[in-house]
Amino acid sequence: MFLSCLKMNSRKFSYLFVMMAMLLPNLVFAQSAPNPENWLTSPGIIGTFFLIAIVLIIAIVIALFRASSYIGTVKAKKLNAEKMAFNEDLIGLSESEIDEILLKRKQALKFKLAGEELGSAEQALDEKGLVSKVSHDPGAPLVDEKRKSPLIFETPPDLKKIIIFYLGASVFWLVFGTLVGQYVGMKFVWPDMDHVAWLSFGRLRPVHTNTVFWGWASMAMIGLGYFVIARTSNTTIHSYKWAWTAWWFLNLSVLMGNYFLMIGINNGGGEYREYIWPITLIFALGLVITFFNYYKTVANRKISEIYISNWYILAALIWTIVLVTIGYIPTYQDGLGETVIQGYYMHQGVGMWFMTFTLGLTYYYLPSSLNKPIYSYSLGVLAFWTQMLFYTMIGSHHFVFSPLPWWLQTVAIVFSAGMFIPVVAGTTNFLMTMKGSWNHISKSYVLPFFLVGVVFYFVGSTQGSLQAFRFTNYVWHFTDFNVAHSHMTMYGIISFLLWASIYAILPKITGKEPKQLFVGVHFWMAFIGLFAYMISMMAGGTLRGLSWIEGNYFIQSVVLMKPYWVWRAIGGSLMFLSHLMFAYNFYVMTRRPLVLADQTKKLDTITA
Amino acid sequence: MFNLHKNHRNLVAISFVVFVLLSLFIAVMPAYQLQEVSPLPDQPELTTSELNGLHIFISEGCVACHTQQVRNIEMDKMWGSRPSIPSDYYYSKQRLDVWRQSPSLLGSERTGPDLTNVGVRQPADQWHLLHLYNPRSVVDESIMPAYPWLFEGKENPGQKDVVVPVPAKFLKSDKTKIIATKEAMDLVAYLQSLKQAPMPSTSTSEFIPSTKKKEVAALGEKSMLPDGEQLYMQTCVACHQANGQGLVGAFPPLAGSKIVNDENPEMMIQIILMGYDAREEYAVMVGFADQLTDEEIAAIANHERTSWGNNAPKITVEEVTKIRSYTLSLNK
Repeated sequence: MFLSCLKMNSRKFSYLFVMMAMLLPNLVFAQSAPNPENWLTSPGIIGTFFLIAIVLIIAIVIALFRASSYIGTVKAKKLNAEKMAFNEDLIGLSESEIDEILLKRKQALKFKLAGEELGSAEQALDEKGLVSKVSHDPGAPLVDEKRKSPLIFETPPDLKKIIIFYLGASVFWLVFGTLVGQYVGMKFVWPDMDHVAWLSFGRLRPVHTNTVFWGWASMAMIGLGYFVIARTSNTTIHSYKWAWTAWWFLNLSVLMGNYFLMIGINNGGGEYREYIWPITLIFALGLVITFFNYYKTVANRKISEIYISNWYILAALIWTIVLVTIGYIPTYQDGLGETVIQGYYMHQGVGMWFMTFTLGLTYYYLPSSLNKPIYSYSLGVLAFWTQMLFYTMIGSHHFVFSPLPWWLQTVAIVFSAGMFIPVVAGTTNFLMTMKGSWNHISKSYVLPFFLVGVVFYFVGSTQGSLQAFRFTNYVWHFTDFNVAHSHMTMYGIISFLLWASIYAILPKITGKEPKQLFVGVHFWMAFIGLFAYMISMMAGGTLRGLSWIEGNYFIQSVVLMKPYWVWRAIGGSLMFLSHLMFAYNFYVMTRRPLVLADQTKKLDTITA
Repeated sequence: MFNLHKNHRNLVAISFVVFVLLSLFIAVMPAYQLQEVSPLPDQPELTTSELNGLHIFISEGCVACHTQQVRNIEMDKMWGSRPSIPSDYYYSKQRLDVWRQSPSLLGSERTGPDLTNVGVRQPADQWHLLHLYNPRSVVDESIMPAYPWLFEGKENPGQKDVVVPVPAKFLKSDKTKIIATKEAMDLVAYLQSLKQAPMPSTSTSEFIPSTKKKEVAALGEKSMLPDGEQLYMQTCVACHQANGQGLVGAFPPLAGSKIVNDENPEMMIQIILMGYDAREEYAVMVGFADQLTDEEIAAIANHERTSWGNNAPKITVEEVTKIRSYTLSLNK
């Protein structure tokens, strides 16, 4: 019954996809005549409003969940008070009434249990460790107690060490990269903060982007990938030595790349291609080594099927190696050739590397932290191939109305709209997996991260597709709206899903859990910060675009942006603080066993 | 057939091959085609100094905030007289050296103005130097970074040194003079070289008009002129400032100026057309004869003659046309 239901569903979905694919040309070509007068009613803009509303509503729902559990505890207190009132009534009873009650009570007290009424005389013992916490103070905490990680995976110590070191490096780069981001964001408000060459905006901006790309997200992905690859192949990693070599290569390239950027040596200013080729070569070698290590591990798997996560992860590596090679070969990059490659490279850097890899991780960590299988394997495969087909073609949508050939721009816009297919397929798969487990959200510190990441996957990607339309591009291109979009995706999708995966796996392999309050602080500061960042840049960007269309002189649009830049700096500060919190949580999850021994000792004395 | 669920070799090989094919079609092939353009007939090659300037432009990451592309939509008209075409980038987008590739000049953000035509729009060297030393010295609201490391301080500048008339507010000490280094001069040379080359007359490259309804101009001669204040804010404000006060030591004030307030507009129009270099205490002004039409000059002049306390009679387009033909004939 359930199976047939599933089949029905996936057939319905494929109908939906076909219909959507047929509608695409209409959607896209209807955008050609820019008319800024009724910009509010343009489909792209309405769509974006709608998408942001989704996130807002979900945030409100999560907050309401929290609030309702709090109200529950308040109600319990009220009940207590009623009991007190009842007791006082008792005191006011007359003597004869009391005598009668006492007599009944005496008789009741004489009754004695034989001790075997419930069928057993055995002592109650929690032999299977089902009781996780005994509390003598069941008072009212503000939110639900988070469930502890129920099991600890037996992980080979070598693998554990690799994962912790990859994640440790990623945490370092996250804190460093976002500190730089925070600093350059403040320069919009105080441009004369410093007059030091290597701290100037033009040099630090690529340091921020490249560090969070190649340092934070890439290192975290590869580290988390090692666990997935080994676990789903039911085997050990092919070579730990290779994993360490790649670790050194990747970190070295980010370190050297940033150094060169700060002394003013960059590859030519193309976004995410700012490291000069010798440094990118080191990074690419790290990727090649990682690919072979993963590939060999999958090849040695002890089960016949290749789990869907490994499709995404292996493909992300092979595609990114191709991408970097094409991005750095010079023979076709003079004149506007460079611009075509730039569009291709910067978009695929996000789409084929971060998005593909992180989706692969989510296909493992999301179902495993819900302790159930993924909703549909086939939807995952559909999303995989459409991801490759559509994502590859859309790079030039960064150059709409530019001197690039019109056909190239149109292909990019049409396929951008086609991105609805993998995005809807992926989102459906994740949400259907979560379906039936919604009540776990308030009981888990991992699931809120997953939920936000998945919702942003839908919202951020769809918003990106809408932004590629000619009209929306007309208003938003070149404005800070682009900055909002990139943070919505790289932060809202990638970072949140990576945090979810890290909180899901680290306690299971180290046996140490972070304080739930601190994970909550990380979550809410990151989420509220991102929201402030996003909304201010979107609102400001839209007004700026309209100001340009009006033909106002340029400096007016700079003055107009100033309050929005202040709000962005505030949102950015919250995001940065949340990363410090995350770094502390990471430390708690991975600190040396010495501390753990200490803790068990204390526990022993308590139970003794 | 391929048994992708169980055959890792096929899975990786197929995703590799298909991705490479798609990439060749969407990126490598169009990139090759776009290399095969030639420069426009009147497009100058970059000089050594301009090329050095381009290198500094890339090193300092200027492309993060400044685009160099005039899109083919009406709102981009303010950045150039025609949409950009692939030939425009023939000389500037070449591989920089062994280590660095062809620069990404088109850009993706306009935090600051587009620079496609900045050499035409802002032709004064002194202005650029001041602006680079500290942008706030010429544009109050600017948020562009300052580049003091392209300058050096000297107490007694030599004859060859280019002294930048930095207002006292932006100086640490009164005694040192700010000298532009070679790097600053190269960068300014590069910025000055940014001019759209004229198109051969046969080609047709036009802006896509906005479908926004144009405001119908009210009757009467006055409203037939373009908006003088807006033109002033686009063309003149960088030096003479929004309040018409100029900058002490760099650009003369227009408010209360004898030339601007003169009943006879001849001198004023001549300066706008041909530029001015008669007063040592101020920077050189370049002429705008090629950039502004008679209507635009009349509108700007009228704005200047009636703002900031100035009170001179307005002039007509015919007067400007007359002065232009007379002045040009003198200069021949």
